[in-house]
Amino acid sequence: MKKILSKMPDALARLLVVFAALAILGAFVVIVLIPKDMKDVKIQWADAIKAEQAKPVLYAGFHACGECHERIYEKKKTGYHRDLSCETCHGPAYAHTQDPDEVKPVIPKERAFCPLCHAYNPSRPRGFPQINPAAHNPLKACASCHNPHDPKPPTTPKECSACHGEIARMKAVSHHVQLECTTCHQAPQQHKISPRSVKPTKPQNREFCGKCHARDAKDRMANNAPRIDLANHGEKYVCWQCHYPHSPEVE
Amino acid sequence: MNGRRKFLRDVRAFLVSISAIGGVLKLLPAKAFAREASRKGKWYGFGVSVDKCIGCARCMEACKTENDVPREPFYFRTWVERYIIRKDGETVVKAIESNAEAAPDTSGDRSILRSFFVPKLCNQCADPPCVQVCPVGATFQTGDGVVLVNVKTCVGCRYCIQACPYGARYLHPETHTADKCTFCYHRISRDLLPACVEVCPTQARIFGDVNSGSSPLTRFRRMNKIHVLKPALNTEPKVYYASLDGEVR
Ligand code: HEC
Ligand code: HEC
Ligand code: HEC
Ligand code: HEC
Ligand code: HEC
Ligand code: HEC
Ligand code: HEC
Ligand code: HEC
Repeated sequence: MKKILSKMPDALARLLVVFAALAILGAFVVIVLIPKDMKDVKIQWADAIKAEQAKPVLYAGFHACGECHERIYEKKKTGYHRDLSCETCHGPAYAHTQDPDEVKPVIPKERAFCPLCHAYNPSRPRGFPQINPAAHNPLKACASCHNPHDPKPPTTPKECSACHGEIARMKAVSHHVQLECTTCHQAPQQHKISPRSVKPTKPQNREFCGKCHARDAKDRMANNAPRIDLANHGEKYVCWQCHYPHSPEVE
Repeated sequence: MNGRRKFLRDVRAFLVSISAIGGVLKLLPAKAFAREASRKGKWYGFGVSVDKCIGCARCMEACKTENDVPREPFYFRTWVERYIIRKDGETVVKAIESNAEAAPDTSGDRSILRSFFVPKLCNQCADPPCVQVCPVGATFQTGDGVVLVNVKTCVGCRYCIQACPYGARYLHPETHTADKCTFCYHRISRDLLPACVEVCPTQARIFGDVNSGSSPLTRFRRMNKIHVLKPALNTEPKVYYASLDGEVR
């Protein structure tokens, strides 16, 4: 051992000492000086999760309001707005549940609020109740006719356009403008009250359109209707597989 | 140059690269472990019924409030897109404003075939590309399948923002760290719903544990034909879409 050491050139011995010192210093820095949580991502992640979980809640959730506003809560549960959370309209109200006398949630009384959901927009899904805010009983607060917590229309809507705005508007500029919706659909009154459970009828067969469009059609409305040969014209399909009945057009 | 100095420099380079490799080795098993363990137990997912969305933007509003997201219209953790598809195949996509009332009335425009709204948010991928690219381990997946950002170690390099195929991340203008949807981690840890689900008026948004036998999310996945966004990327998104149009990317 000694031999090897003494045989070793001076320079190499010094280098080894430098090496060892570096290694010890490095180990010291890594093991002692750098705090544990800087080295271990798992500790960092656990801390990040804790920090995330500690963030304050602003929306109290739909259960929270029932306790003190039982009457409104029960009323809303059975109405058209049953899927709306109180805080969808009244904004975040966690602070209010903690101190109801000091903190009051907003009350959206202005007319511009309800149209966020109910203004007519052709991209909205089929059957969603929509109005034209400029034409629908202007200048009066929505809540003066509709209870926001149980919003029944004061009278059952007469027009199908209330909930089928896109179809109605499309038909209004089409060749079928003179046809009432009820010419082709028998809609029970109940459809306007619970539209998803009671559905209107739809035409079933080619003969239905043939009432006006067959060569020998005699319907009152058939006078102006262009005629086709019912037996041959697009025979394999029902008519509405090619012609959209609410906006029939021939290119 | 002096040979000894060169040698010392090489030694230094060697030490640096060894410690770097050591660091990577230390991160790797942790990542693999996180992915393995998580799929059992709670594993959060999200459902979106595209044909129920009315585009009222209450979700965007609630998300910004609950999570302190900057108000400017280009910072979002969740957002809603309006699709208009024309007969000639042209597709117009526009993120709606939080005041959807101003949406242009397109009825009577006969060139339009169909039009609808699509809610979007972070897909909380089971195999998240954003986590893979983070150079400092600041973004990670929790045991229940939520991808979070550690603001303490995030250096704001934007790699994850680039890597996300869904555009779900943004750089927070005040903290200068990456920010994204957390499924409202602070709420779900307290058994509350994420804020966007809470305020959705039509149940177009559904939240729950994928592994639970009885939950709205399970019913949603049982009753609908489900699709995810960009499935070809194999990121295994956990935001499940029903009635998703093929034009939606
Ligand atoms: C701890 C009981 C309590 C809870 C929980 C509670 N409230 Fe209230 N709330 C009150 C009281 C008390 C008032 C004041 C009634 C009054 O002034 O007549 C009030 C008033 C209100 C008002 C009217 C404010 C005004 O300016 O007149 C609204 C809106 C409201 N609450 C909404 C909510 C919502 C939404 C929730 C659920 C997130 C909620 N509250 C939960 C006790 C409660
Ligand atoms: C569709 C939006 C909407 C929803 C959902 C809603 N509110 Fe309201 N709320 C309103 C409006 C609008 C008013 C003001 C009514 C008025 O001007 O008469 C109001 C008024 C109130 C008031 C004060 C006046 C009163 O009638 O006592 C309370 C309290 C209240 N809401 C509680 C609730 C609670 C609790 C819920 C959930 C169960 C709820 N609201 C859900 C829109 C809503
Ligand atoms: C966040 C969206 C939202 C807001 C805001 C909202 N509603 Fe509604 N409203 C709905 C939903 C969802 C329905 C149920 C539609 C259905 O059953 O298809 C509904 C149903 C209705 C109906 C029943 C229509 C029918 O005959 O089917 C009326 C009336 C109504 N709302 C009035 C109001 C009024 C007034 C306000 C403002 C105080 C308001 N809504 C605010 C979402 C909203
Ligand atoms: C003067 C009373 C009055 C006011 C004010 C009023 N409505 Fe109506 N609303 C009605 C009546 C009556 C109906 C049903 C008959 C109809 O279709 O016009 C109705 C129907 C509705 C419907 C169901 C669709 C329909 O036409 O059946 C919605 C949604 C609606 N209103 C929303 C609103 C909103 C939002 C406001 C405020 C911007 C508002 N209403 C203001 C009287 C009113
Ligand atoms: C209160 C809103 C409302 C009114 C008013 C209304 N509908 Fe509907 N209608 C709906 C809803 C909601 C659906 C279901 C949409 C769905 O399931 O996709 C629907 C569906 C339909 C369908 C399709 C049924 C099916 O089997 O697919 C027809 C046809 C229809 N309505 C015709 C009419 C006619 C005609 C009128 C006027 C006499 C009318 N509706 C008035 C809301 C309404
Ligand atoms: C010329 C006859 C005709 C008239 C008039 C008509 N419909 Fe239809 N409607 C049909 C036929 C046929 C279908 C089935 C279409 C299909 O399955 O492709 C249908 C389907 C529907 C549907 C469900 C499918 C869809 O396109 O969304 C609704 C809702 C509807 N009609 C509502 C209305 C309303 C509201 C009116 C009045 C504004 C109206 N219809 C007028 C023939 C008609
Ligand atoms: C396979 C697709 C298809 C089917 C099914 C179909 N049509 Fe047509 N229809 C067309 C086409 C394409 C045209 C325009 C070309 C033409 O003039 O022959 C047309 C034209 C028409 C015209 C206009 C004729 C004119 O002289 O202007 C009427 C009316 C019409 N169809 C009614 C119907 C009725 C009613 C049915 C069901 C009995 C029906 N179509 C079924 C494809 C179809
Ligand atoms: C009550 C009578 C009546 C019924 C039922 C009816 N139509 Fe028509 N239809 C008309 C009339 C009238 C016109 C022509 C209106 C005009 O252009 O002045 C027309 C026009 C058309 C056109 C031609 C449009 C064009 O570009 O020239 C087509 C296609 C059409 N209808 C298809 C149908 C289909 C499909 C059905 C069955 C779902 C149907 N119609 C049911 C009365 C009817």
